[in-house]
Amino acid sequence: MTTTTTWQNPPAWRRQQILRDTRTVAMVGASPNPARASNFVATYLLASTGFEVYFVNPNASEILGRPVYPSLAELPVVPDLVDVFRRPEDLPGVLDEVLGLDPHPRTFWLQFGLFDAGLATRAEAAGVEVVMDRCLKVEHARFAGGLHLAGFNTGVITSRRRD
Amino acid sequence: MSERANEPAGAPSEPEQSQDRSWGFRTRAVHAGTVPDAATGSRAVPIHQTTSYVFRDTDDAAALFALQKYGLVYSRIANPTVSSLEERLASLDGGIGAVCTASGQSAEFLTFAALAGAGDHVVAAAGLYGGTITQLDVTLRRFGVDTTFVPGTDPADYAAAIRDNTRFLFAEIISNPGGEVADVAGLAEVAHARGIPLIIDATLATPYLCRPLEHGADIVIHSVTKFLGGHGTTLGGVVIEAGTFDWGNGNFPGMTEPVPSYGGLSWWGNFQELGFLTKLRAEQLRDVGATLSAHSAFLLMQGVETLPQRMDQHVANAQRVAEWLEADPRVAYVTYPGLPSHPHHERARRYLPDGPGAVFAFGVAERGSPSEHRHGGREAGARFIESVRLCSHLANVGDARTLVLHPGSTTHQQLTQQQLEQAGVPEDMIRISVGLEDPEDIIWDLDQALTAAQKETS
Repeated sequence: MTTTTTWQNPPAWRRQQILRDTRTVAMVGASPNPARASNFVATYLLASTGFEVYFVNPNASEILGRPVYPSLAELPVVPDLVDVFRRPEDLPGVLDEVLGLDPHPRTFWLQFGLFDAGLATRAEAAGVEVVMDRCLKVEHARFAGGLHLAGFNTGVITSRRRD
Repeated sequence: MSERANEPAGAPSEPEQSQDRSWGFRTRAVHAGTVPDAATGSRAVPIHQTTSYVFRDTDDAAALFALQKYGLVYSRIANPTVSSLEERLASLDGGIGAVCTASGQSAEFLTFAALAGAGDHVVAAAGLYGGTITQLDVTLRRFGVDTTFVPGTDPADYAAAIRDNTRFLFAEIISNPGGEVADVAGLAEVAHARGIPLIIDATLATPYLCRPLEHGADIVIHSVTKFLGGHGTTLGGVVIEAGTFDWGNGNFPGMTEPVPSYGGLSWWGNFQELGFLTKLRAEQLRDVGATLSAHSAFLLMQGVETLPQRMDQHVANAQRVAEWLEADPRVAYVTYPGLPSHPHHERARRYLPDGPGAVFAFGVAERGSPSEHRHGGREAGARFIESVRLCSHLANVGDARTLVLHPGSTTHQQLTQQQLEQAGVPEDMIRISVGLEDPEDIIWDLDQALTAAQKETS
């Protein structure tokens, strides 16, 4: 996706900090279909992170053996981070749901291929930090060392031991 | 699609913001890919001499096999020492990632085989390394992949050769040993107009002298054996991808269709910009097995750390040797793009501003005809090769030592006369890979060998 707006994602150090500060994640648009990217990302988040993961999808009842909630409002917690796998036209409605929670989730995260500068501005005005067109799994693996083992360029240069 | 891992610096003032700094090439040459070992603190990269890795439990094993987790299973697919070299090379070339292989040839094979199958077509430069020509023209042709070899470097000629079933464009940044410089930006435009990637072999440049991804190439291949390793001790190859090509454009069903051996995932759908390299590792290394060993990765990494310093010296020595040869009446021609007389001198200045490498060719003139610059033929070349005392006669380039070779009777021997002409390899051509010796000593040796070659001519 080519973006012509001036909106910029938080830099790498900030993305790492967001992930460090995140305990609970809600995956909106998570799919029970193993062939879908959201399901695949879910397998990673459950197996390789310490996040408490909640699935939101009004059309599914169980994903990877876990319960699925019809809406963000019906989750037992207010998640720290909302990770969105929905079509671009559905995004304003998802943000409405996010801003309807009290307190607001700290981070509104849109997956690969999803970018909407207007939406980001609206979320930020309400005090919610935004990351767009990024994969939560890839960003976690970048800092946790998984991407490095797969030969990818993490951009991490440091003389300190990995956490 | 998204910014590269090495993002522009914001305003890094605090220590934790160091990762947003745009580190320089020399820094990355010694640091990228080697965070100190979490368990031991080892500063140098440890050699993980193991074939396999213990699973935590059956769930862990299942998730790793299904690619749901990043981790280690078997060293044919990934090894921590090799991973360090991969990340370092990806960083130096500005790529999203890398897959190392047992040799430069296997790096090409893995890439070609990942993109083209029976019934597909390839457009490649005619002036390629002989082994690459035979890989395409013999082995891959036998597998049903048809290659059109395009003479010269005019992007329009490549555009004309592209068909509906063409899967990629392939060229070398500097041809070996003809010294032609590829018009990377022009070729990228031609390839992208047809929805196919441009693959550039940049072995003779190394990322220190040219980073083709910055000029529009999608994939870069190196024989790490050469200047990257730099010491003539160890074989290795690497494939580096920019991570910007749209593999979902309909031309690459292998990237978008479900993969039964991995539970129906698709490389593009599940891994997006990481998909191509993930396929290369999880499918091509799995099936072909041309894996770089941990020990080789360690040795090659020692070379990569001094790449900038060595390349500065290689290029300075090459320029001096080329100028000396060109001024000598016993030499018929010199094909170094660093010389203003070379037809691609200006293009070399654009793509390789710090110098067009240290591998080039020259011809030994026939005695008594210096002013006519007549070619000396196969015998004068052979006598020259047999007379060197410092330069080593062997089939490699990019060693710390100066190397010479007669391609017509060795690396390019398998080629037909027509292929030789297309590849820009006259029968009298001597290829030289200028090393790190004192340039006066290299020139002394060339001088005495030229004299010997001429003396015996009668």
